[in-house]
Amino acid sequence: MTNHWVDFKNADVVWVMGGNPAEAHPCGFKWVIEAKKQRKAKLIVVDPRFNRTAAVADVYAPIRPGSNIAFFGGVINYLLANDKIHHDYVKHYTNAAFLIDPGFRFEDGLFSGYDETKRSYGSKDTWKYQMGADGFARIDETLQDPNCVFQLMKKHYSRYTPEMVNKVCGTPKDAFLKICEIVATTAAPNRTLSYLYALGLTEHSNGSQNIRCAAMIQLLLGNMGMAGGGINALRGHSNVQGITDMCLFGQNLPGYLKAPTDGDKDFATYVTKRTPKALRPGQMNFPQNFPKWFVSLAKAWYGNAATKETNFAYDYFPKLGGASDALSIFNDMFHGKVNGFFCQGFNPLASLPNKKKVGDALAKLKYMIVIDPLATDTSEFWKPHGEFNEVDPSKIETEVFRLPATFFSETSGTLTNSGRVVQWGWKAASAPGDSKDDAEIVAELFLTLRKMYAKDGGAFPDAIRDLTWSYNQPLSPSPEELLKEINGKALVDLTDPKDPTKILFKAGDQLPSFGFLRDDGSTSCGNWIYCGTWSQAGNNTARRDNSDPSGLGQTLNWGYAWPVNRRILYNRASADLQGKPWDGSRTVLKWTGSKWGGNDVPDMRPDAAPEEGVMPFIMTPEGVGRLFSREIMADGPLPEHYEPFESPIDNNPMHPRVKSNPVARVYKDDMEAFGTAKDFPYVATTYRLTEHFHFWTKYSKVNAIMQPEQFVEIGEELAKEKGIKAGDRVKVRSNRGFIKAVAVVTKRIKSLEVDGRKVHTIGIPIHWGFKGTAKPGFITNTLTPFVGDANVNTPEFKAFLVNVEKI
Amino acid sequence: MALQSLDIKQRSATTTPAPQARQTIEIAKLIDVSACIGCKACQVACMEWNDVRDEVGSCHGIYDNPVDLTENSWTVMRYAEVEEQGKLEWLIRKDGCMHCSDPGCLKACPAPGAIIQYANGIVDFHQENCIGCGYCVSGCPFNVPRISKKDSKAYKCTLCSDRVAVNQAPACAKACPTGAIQFGSKEDMKDYAEKRIADLKERGYQKAGLYDPAGVGGTHVMYVLHHADRPGLYSGLPQDPAISPTVSLWKGVTKPVAAAALGLVALGSLFHYVMKGPNEVSKEIEKEVEKEDAQ
Amino acid sequence: MIRDPKDLQRYTASERANHWLVGICFILLALSGLAFFHPAFYPLVQFFGGGPWARILHPFIGVLMVLAFVIMFFRFAGLNRMTAADRAWLSRIGEMVDGNDHGMPEQGKYNGGQKLMFWLMTLSMIVLVISGVLMWRSQFSFAVDVVRLASLAHALAAVVMIVLIIVHAYAAIWTKGTVRAMWYGTVTRAWAKQHHRAWYRQMTGK
Repeated sequence: MTNHWVDFKNADVVWVMGGNPAEAHPCGFKWVIEAKKQRKAKLIVVDPRFNRTAAVADVYAPIRPGSNIAFFGGVINYLLANDKIHHDYVKHYTNAAFLIDPGFRFEDGLFSGYDETKRSYGSKDTWKYQMGADGFARIDETLQDPNCVFQLMKKHYSRYTPEMVNKVCGTPKDAFLKICEIVATTAAPNRTLSYLYALGLTEHSNGSQNIRCAAMIQLLLGNMGMAGGGINALRGHSNVQGITDMCLFGQNLPGYLKAPTDGDKDFATYVTKRTPKALRPGQMNFPQNFPKWFVSLAKAWYGNAATKETNFAYDYFPKLGGASDALSIFNDMFHGKVNGFFCQGFNPLASLPNKKKVGDALAKLKYMIVIDPLATDTSEFWKPHGEFNEVDPSKIETEVFRLPATFFSETSGTLTNSGRVVQWGWKAASAPGDSKDDAEIVAELFLTLRKMYAKDGGAFPDAIRDLTWSYNQPLSPSPEELLKEINGKALVDLTDPKDPTKILFKAGDQLPSFGFLRDDGSTSCGNWIYCGTWSQAGNNTARRDNSDPSGLGQTLNWGYAWPVNRRILYNRASADLQGKPWDGSRTVLKWTGSKWGGNDVPDMRPDAAPEEGVMPFIMTPEGVGRLFSREIMADGPLPEHYEPFESPIDNNPMHPRVKSNPVARVYKDDMEAFGTAKDFPYVATTYRLTEHFHFWTKYSKVNAIMQPEQFVEIGEELAKEKGIKAGDRVKVRSNRGFIKAVAVVTKRIKSLEVDGRKVHTIGIPIHWGFKGTAKPGFITNTLTPFVGDANVNTPEFKAFLVNVEKI
Repeated sequence: MALQSLDIKQRSATTTPAPQARQTIEIAKLIDVSACIGCKACQVACMEWNDVRDEVGSCHGIYDNPVDLTENSWTVMRYAEVEEQGKLEWLIRKDGCMHCSDPGCLKACPAPGAIIQYANGIVDFHQENCIGCGYCVSGCPFNVPRISKKDSKAYKCTLCSDRVAVNQAPACAKACPTGAIQFGSKEDMKDYAEKRIADLKERGYQKAGLYDPAGVGGTHVMYVLHHADRPGLYSGLPQDPAISPTVSLWKGVTKPVAAAALGLVALGSLFHYVMKGPNEVSKEIEKEVEKEDAQ
Repeated sequence: MIRDPKDLQRYTASERANHWLVGICFILLALSGLAFFHPAFYPLVQFFGGGPWARILHPFIGVLMVLAFVIMFFRFAGLNRMTAADRAWLSRIGEMVDGNDHGMPEQGKYNGGQKLMFWLMTLSMIVLVISGVLMWRSQFSFAVDVVRLASLAHALAAVVMIVLIIVHAYAAIWTKGTVRAMWYGTVTRAWAKQHHRAWYRQMTGK
């Protein structure tokens, strides 16, 4: 998230749409309650279900799953049409004034440049800025040019009227307008809105664009960079932020460095492509430091083998040949293209869509190694568990190895929370039996492999042979050593570039910030954004000083937030052009006359005087926030509503010709597995319950007591139609399979009027499976479709079609 | 127990007063229903601190689990969906012992020292003295105590008397993530409640108020309710709870009157014998019968 | 063991056994019941091995007593029908209590007082058994309001019962020559003639 958990207490309005923090993040949600108690904040909840968060909300509105962009578009239209935007902010801190190529079009549901045969935008040239002769993007500060972002946006979203919102989302018009009014109040410089979301925005075929919408609204309202503002992703696992930072996704290297692909033939090509040039004069364009981050990473990995002469071991880095997301990997596996699978801390049989396809894919492996503290469902995908897992083991040849690992509390190390605060945790208990922590398991595997390569040779042993492994006990790298390595150090004495006689760091010193990383091989760093976590001062993530002089909850001496202990990203935007805070009562940053001061680490060059015109969004080459995302997104520079791939209505009410996301990747057999509203008339949405954590806690007795048995939630109206009473057992079917569960009949899910027809929604929690202490249940993802977001392929778990009957 | 006994205010089935020397502040737990998200952290904290575990049950078609209080579940969340004039509310209430100032359980209990009321207001069951009769169940106006099928002892929330005794908040209050469970002196809790009620009124809940029912002398577990005029909306929280008149009669006037009656009858008999003498067969009749024999 | 062949048989061995079974049960029930009823009597639980045992045993003894009483009821109900003579006797009970029985009407095997006692005990017994079952938490579960009423009824009926039994026992002690009827079954003819002349006539034909 751009802000942090405690910062929610500084908000005047908290808007939750696409999340259910009271349910999934009850501890962090306390700060929303604080905002309500201490600041009289209003809490808005928009969700298909009146959920636990809605139970304490001031305003709740229902929405049809998968129609978020229509809702957001309506809000954007409301803000623009009613002139409820933070003018100075929008004008200076966003790309509203930037001029776009005159060839840019949006017609019949498609942006210019679409290639139907490839299901992608073949040419995105018309999505770019108009460039001036000076090599910089052209702007019109009056915002009147018909090709400026502001005007394009206004035109684009004028179609999203309250009536259209009602037609697409089913949200009652009065509830929608009431929410718009409350949201609009935060356009005032001294009022902020904190936007909270989680998987309810991401798990859609247009998930990335959902989040862009929220970001755009926050830019229009001038809430980015402000205390009590921001767009705040509530991460699920206590360390999912950390694992993402360390490159959960195959297309990244640690620290969100884009991984090399087959197209990047050499080091120079790779680095040049990823090192942008500033698009406006005088901007920080921080990603221009990409070579420093990559070279320091290469030094951390390959040490002396990474030299200027070897192009910093660039050739050792694996190159992506294509998609590397979970869906593509399992699709390849399904088609017999994968032999072995390491499954570490992951339960894909339960976590990925279309359990049948995932199970069939696993059955095509030669071997699978499961590294987990628990005997997961995945590790027993081959074993019959009654109707919960109907398989024939005699037909499965996959050899499964289970390596017992440790839980987070059984080893020391860091957890990075949603607010990017990296916190050291101390081992609380020893793991039972023969279990080892993940680092030990990986170390033993690595050292054995390296020995085998040394003994037996093999194709290209270099990348394994040359990997640095300088731990005190090679078989057991300590968490302390690992964090120090990730933080990075000086490899030679580093001198001050301004004064070469002055030595800043001696060789071997831990570095305090990525600002000191170099691209000449004189520094190493395992993850640039974590630089500073373990400086010469010691383990900064272990700091536990919760003093809070600002009263804003910044607690700068508690743990360590990346980047450089900054608690609120883009915080330069909390002050006006002159450097004066928009809201003096919540000063995050201010210009003191000689440098930036205040209550956070400046997201700005510390001595950049306001007159220099260095804009706050230093991670973009243009220096401003993007209302229009240029050619960066796969599915358009402005978010547009597309129906989920399984939609209860016949057409997209916005544009009948293009129903669903035109560039989302769908594999052929998955396309065939989609169901239609004729056979599966009800919308289903999956989610988590507060009593459980994913597929873990079904093994824990206490959690099992709290929510023992699988259930689905059905609205009273549909239940009556179907003769279902609370406590009855029902069968829920999609075109991919079925589950059986107890019916919870509720007033909290209303049927909605969408595009002239009645749409019922069925809610399906995910937590059950055939292994564990809770009552055995079906894997909910038996039902879900194997399709993901067009940009990052997050599966569409939140909107699909089912039918339901009483058993 | 020497010094701890100074903290006792009332003891079940005991007719003499408890030690009075020590003055203790009355404590209270305040459950702010308007800030409760029904996460059940309190239930888990209760199970963990007290080391009690219920059975892994089943889903009854509602969110409530375990579905009722048991000897192992001393607190449960109750979820009520209330829809009025098109406005839906999900009223979630943490149910458990209210720690009445005038505890019906204690009044009904026949076993000396099985139920203790501490001077701080906590009403505690001492299972080692409990005989398992279940009178506390009849005595309670809130339907809280549960008798274990395994050991026939009565169980309920202790308000973590063990924690409170060492200046710790009850486990549920400690675990509550949103501050919906507050703990402190009863006076402070009332002050805090007042602020919350003012906030709720501002948000349109005109009937918001504190639930501290006078019928049981006030309670040491209080609620902030959005609809204080209709506590029944919250899964049947009693409107005007009081010890049942039947129980009051049974455990009130009946006891001394009946005991006196028994004593009087026994004494009356004795004095009758002493004063009137035995009712013997008269000599006359004995003679008559002897005479008959002689004939 | 007949001490005097001319004595009259008042109770058979099985009647006596039945009576004492009820009697012993009653004593145990009264002791344990009083213990639960008033703190002053709580130490009585020691007779039963402590509070929990008293609580466990009390209802089972109650069941036993009721079963024994039912048998006794059918043995004696016929003999306890109220007649005009009984009512006449009852109307002059004050004289009797005063120790002046000369004017009392002639009585059969049981006098009006005994009969009244019989019916009052039966009534109490019915109330006790019904309310007792309703209160028996380890076996049954009834609505709390019903249990509350039952608890009150049980207590009141028990008090009535104990009063009746005190009177019953005292009357037997006071009236010399009575107790032996329940020990070994016989009374003297003089006793019978004095207290139950009609029965005496019936038994002796005089």
